Amino acid sequence: MGLQALFFYIFAFVAVASAFMVIAARNPVHSVLFLILTFFNAAGLFLLTGAEFLAMILLVVYVGAVAVLFLFVVMMLDIDFAELRAGVLEYAPVGALIGVILVAELIVVLAGNAFTSNAAGTGASPIPLPSERTNTAALGDVLYTNYIYFFQIAGLILFVAMIGAIVLTLRHRTDIKRQDISRQVARTPEASVEVVKVKPGQGI
Amino acid sequence: MEIGLSHYLTVSAILFTLGVFGIFLNRKNVIVILMSIELILLAVNINMVAFSMHLNDLVGQVFALFILTVAAAEAAIGLAILVVFYRNRGSIAVEDVNMMKG
Repeated sequence: MGLQALFFYIFAFVAVASAFMVIAARNPVHSVLFLILTFFNAAGLFLLTGAEFLAMILLVVYVGAVAVLFLFVVMMLDIDFAELRAGVLEYAPVGALIGVILVAELIVVLAGNAFTSNAAGTGASPIPLPSERTNTAALGDVLYTNYIYFFQIAGLILFVAMIGAIVLTLRHRTDIKRQDISRQVARTPEASVEVVKVKPGQGI
Repeated sequence: MEIGLSHYLTVSAILFTLGVFGIFLNRKNVIVILMSIELILLAVNINMVAFSMHLNDLVGQVFALFILTVAAAEAAIGLAILVVFYRNRGSIAVEDVNMMKG
């Protein structure tokens, strides 16, 4: 058993185990942390297949942005998660049955011998040797030429998602004090300072 | 035994099923359901990358990149909707999501 197989089994086992903990953990914060562990191990699997750029992007985008976003939301909302957890085992047998059937079907279909035919090398853009061109550069070669419109649409999707998230969560609160710079600048001594004559011994 | 396509496909099938099972198991908790959807998308990405390796074709990795983009956008929008809903109703239980009931 080579080193590659050893690392594959380590990454695969930890990824599957932590994915199970994501859905089984009682505390959603633990779920998010196990999700991060799953992403790390999936990035290891990507590295084993040679998709180095995607592995790093998975870490940056998922662990750095999405998982932290989940963490923020879980911690920001004050929710009784124990109550949400109640009756969790009610549908577990049905779900487990469907899950077992689904994974058996998927493994029979995907992991059988259907794809062991010699289709390699017939792709439109073959992967260059790592000694000639790095994975990142090769991906850029394909992405910025044949798939430039898709790339721009992906940017547009992210832009719309950003605007949408901001618009959804933005709210103008009237019960708090805010800084109004134009009012501050327009303030003059005549409008804000009043000279009052105070008679001795009386006060205002 | 060499690690081939079928090994990666098996891992991704198990991850996919765990995601689906998570939706069943945590059907009251929207946050965990969103995390399950992320797991499903991750399984799809592993499929794409494994086939990219097997067919020696870079296009699979390009696809995986786009799936990653859509997954990030979906998570951001979903969590934004979740925050707005919590602000309005004070709860995120799925069974409380019935404002549009006629």
